[in-house]
Amino acid sequence: MSENGQHPDGQHPDGQAGNGHHGFGRVPRKEDARFIRGRGNYVDDIKLPGMLYGAILRSPHAHARLVSVDTTAAEAHPQVRAVITGETLTGLNLAWMPTLSNDVQAVLATDKVRYQGQEVAFVVAETHYAARDALELIDVDYEALPPVVDARKALDDDAPVIRDDVEGRTDNHIFDWEAGDAEHTDRVFGEAEVVVAQDVLYPRVHPAPLETCGIVADMDKVTGKLTVHTTTQAPHAHRTVYALVAGLPEHKIRVVSPDIGGGFGNKVGIYPGYVCAIVGSIVTGRPVKWIEDRSENLMTTSFARDYHMRGEIAATRDGRIRGLRVKVLADHGAFNGTAQPTKFPAGFFHVFTGSYDIEAAHCAVTGVYTNKAPGGVAYACSFRITEAAYLVERLVDVLAAELGADPAELRMRNLLRAEQFPYSTATGWEYDSGDYPRTLRTALDIAGYDELRAEQAGRRERGEGPLMGIGISFFTEAVGAGPRKHMDILGLGMADGAELRVHPTGKAVLRISVQTQGQGHETTFAQIVAHELGIPVDDVEVVHGDTDQTPFGLGTYGSRSTPVSGAATAVVARKVRERARIVAGAMLEASPEDLEWTPGRWAVRGDPSTGVTMQEIAMAAHGSLELPEGVEGHLDATTVYNPPNLTYPFGAYVAVVDVDPGTGKVTVRRFVAVDDCGVRINPMVVEGQVHGGLADGVGMALMQVMAFDEDGNHLGASFMDYLLPTAVECPSWELGETVTPSPHHPLGAKGVGESATVGSPAAIVNAVVDALRPYGVRHADMPLTPANVWRVVQGRPFRTDLAIP
Amino acid sequence: MPRIRVEVDGTTYEDDVEPRLLLVHYLRERLGKVGTPVGCDTSNCGACTVLMDGMSVKSCSVLAVQADGSDVTTVEGLGVDGTTHPMQRAFHEEHALQCGYCTPGMIMASLDLLRENADPSEEEVREGLEGNLCRCTGYQNIVKAVRRAAAEMREPADQEVTP
Repeated sequence: MSENGQHPDGQHPDGQAGNGHHGFGRVPRKEDARFIRGRGNYVDDIKLPGMLYGAILRSPHAHARLVSVDTTAAEAHPQVRAVITGETLTGLNLAWMPTLSNDVQAVLATDKVRYQGQEVAFVVAETHYAARDALELIDVDYEALPPVVDARKALDDDAPVIRDDVEGRTDNHIFDWEAGDAEHTDRVFGEAEVVVAQDVLYPRVHPAPLETCGIVADMDKVTGKLTVHTTTQAPHAHRTVYALVAGLPEHKIRVVSPDIGGGFGNKVGIYPGYVCAIVGSIVTGRPVKWIEDRSENLMTTSFARDYHMRGEIAATRDGRIRGLRVKVLADHGAFNGTAQPTKFPAGFFHVFTGSYDIEAAHCAVTGVYTNKAPGGVAYACSFRITEAAYLVERLVDVLAAELGADPAELRMRNLLRAEQFPYSTATGWEYDSGDYPRTLRTALDIAGYDELRAEQAGRRERGEGPLMGIGISFFTEAVGAGPRKHMDILGLGMADGAELRVHPTGKAVLRISVQTQGQGHETTFAQIVAHELGIPVDDVEVVHGDTDQTPFGLGTYGSRSTPVSGAATAVVARKVRERARIVAGAMLEASPEDLEWTPGRWAVRGDPSTGVTMQEIAMAAHGSLELPEGVEGHLDATTVYNPPNLTYPFGAYVAVVDVDPGTGKVTVRRFVAVDDCGVRINPMVVEGQVHGGLADGVGMALMQVMAFDEDGNHLGASFMDYLLPTAVECPSWELGETVTPSPHHPLGAKGVGESATVGSPAAIVNAVVDALRPYGVRHADMPLTPANVWRVVQGRPFRTDLAIP
Repeated sequence: MPRIRVEVDGTTYEDDVEPRLLLVHYLRERLGKVGTPVGCDTSNCGACTVLMDGMSVKSCSVLAVQADGSDVTTVEGLGVDGTTHPMQRAFHEEHALQCGYCTPGMIMASLDLLRENADPSEEEVREGLEGNLCRCTGYQNIVKAVRRAAAEMREPADQEVTP
């Protein structure tokens, strides 16, 4: 494995291994075979006999009382089979459903609508076009109410109360939560030589997977079994929630998550459309498909971020960071639907001390309701670490500007050193491993940092446009939720099962609880088994996404697959290997203790020619061989992995941008990303994950935002307005790696999927602000669109989360 | 209802369709050609890209009746007798797909790009695929795949001129 390995063109020196490969490395993906031929099986590809189509009527208002819903004309449409309203659902006790944050959310509105796009009625018809036609025939009478649009005014005395469904509620306050030692932090700030404060907005964005959310619900009234094919990142959790909400026995619910066209956290929760489709199937006795369109996806499914942060950083005059103090106002929309472990209402935001050795830190987060869609935790955020990493990396740059220090040197001075791990942070995390200075140095070397600074100085001196900016971000992630004792979702502990079965001919089936949405689990999990058992990757089939076929677990998000299920896979494979050892002992008439493992084979220690392969062992385990007392035969194992801690991957990113001050246009000229996720199971897949996350960073930093006007109209409700980066806005990524294994993970592997999304926005914003230094700019909020940057240059920045006044 | 006659992936279909039926829905819902997905409702994403008489079109922005008399190729129509097209192979070899959802449209748009420019530079590939969004790959491996396929697809022609 390489240390300080540098592969600027993304090529790895060891080249590509075929799928006959026996473990880790650049194994081409097994799942590609169907996707490149158009033979994937996504939810909207599913067609069942008699299947009907659902469509949702949505609120045009952000806040309005529902006076009446007249469905007569829609019901008379010749192709309509059912129209479901809030009233219908009230009769079934399903008008409201629990959220993942101990709140409730309206499935179909009964009393009021609380955001534009909210679900009001559900039509079931013979065709998808007819269902949409019938929506036009529903007559809804609304009485408009003043909306709460600006989160900063949500707690004002005269703010309209959004959640008057809760008896006695008089305001829009959801929660207050804090972490760290307030008193110690205040003391450090009181003594500090330098204190800098900065307001930082991480605006509301959306994960926007290319495939929207959808479901095919099929209630079989004869067997009493409900089968749902749906876009879910957590199929087992969905099954349990349906059981609890709908009162169906859990063994009569089968949730199938087929191929998913990207998730990015958008497909963790349960959306009203899913419940409506299930009810639609129960009511009509036929399967019901519901697939949302893009505008529905953007307007109503889980948004991300929307954190209004005030950060303060305390330091010595010579640049030693001593303390961090943060206040956050979190806009959660009209229902608190944030998907995160129960005890963490602000997710893992309290890793905001980042990669630095900081004496004292404190954060206080206040959640508020506004007339917007619910969500918050999504889009590769690792439970709010995007916000945390962005804040601290902006603050360090603000401090560097204040001190006149080089941002790279200031970071190098304060980064945790290798010998400090495991490191306990001021807010209670125990980072597992890291060698941060080495990783930062690697990134600076690849970027040619000193030359870049010299080029920048030269350009500034000569007054040559465009403005050049260099931005650094060094982040620490916390992924792999998590230890059951501390982490659960709706009371379900965050441990994950794995089952491994080796067939008589030595081929294996691995069943896991996590659910890929493109991250390559079908290949990489097979590689883990291959690595542990010494059999070819192609001989391992990975089964996932079907709750009837797989062990219970919490699904894929928060980059938790490798840390939790990857560990479970290693453990279950080792159990099989140990069973194989006993069988091999019986085959070789030797004591198992006298056997030695070489990949794929148990042999007598000191006599390598006397051995048996996994394939021979597998056949013998299913054959007539007499096995020792207590050994049942066959070759399989199950396990549940309860992680002892999270894993803490990290990375050093350097962005180089050009800014045209005349137009405000930002071009990302270069982007260097050095990630350390411990042991890399498949470097090719890791690099692909990083590439995708870096594009997210370009998108968030420069173009993506969901803003609202004063009436609560959603201004980013289509790809015409909600801009995603294309191939043109993305540079050729320059990657490097360091390898610092996680000491507690069976393979030394850490999660990595979200690292680049977490780490990259700060690098780009830091670069743009760096470019604008000649204009005295200290901070500018995302997205740095041409209009925004131009206004910043003019000294008149605008609120990016609200309509331009 | 108008009657259309359209060839899709080598098979001729004759159907009565509503004038408002989008080509992508005709392909998916009527013909079962679900290899071509839908990613947006404003013709931005390009996931539904197919070739119509050799030219790439976003099939969400074409009515099925407009395809009357046309020859449509979807990703399912690439490759002969179970083999894969060089573009499909290049996407696999360069890890140019993850969730796979943009892949059919990306592959079809890339073929049209090479029809116009058999040896595109990196920048030309990026420009040429601006109409296709990908949320997973960050595009870099897609660019590499298209250039790899371009090199492979040029080979036979090169051989002809080589003595």
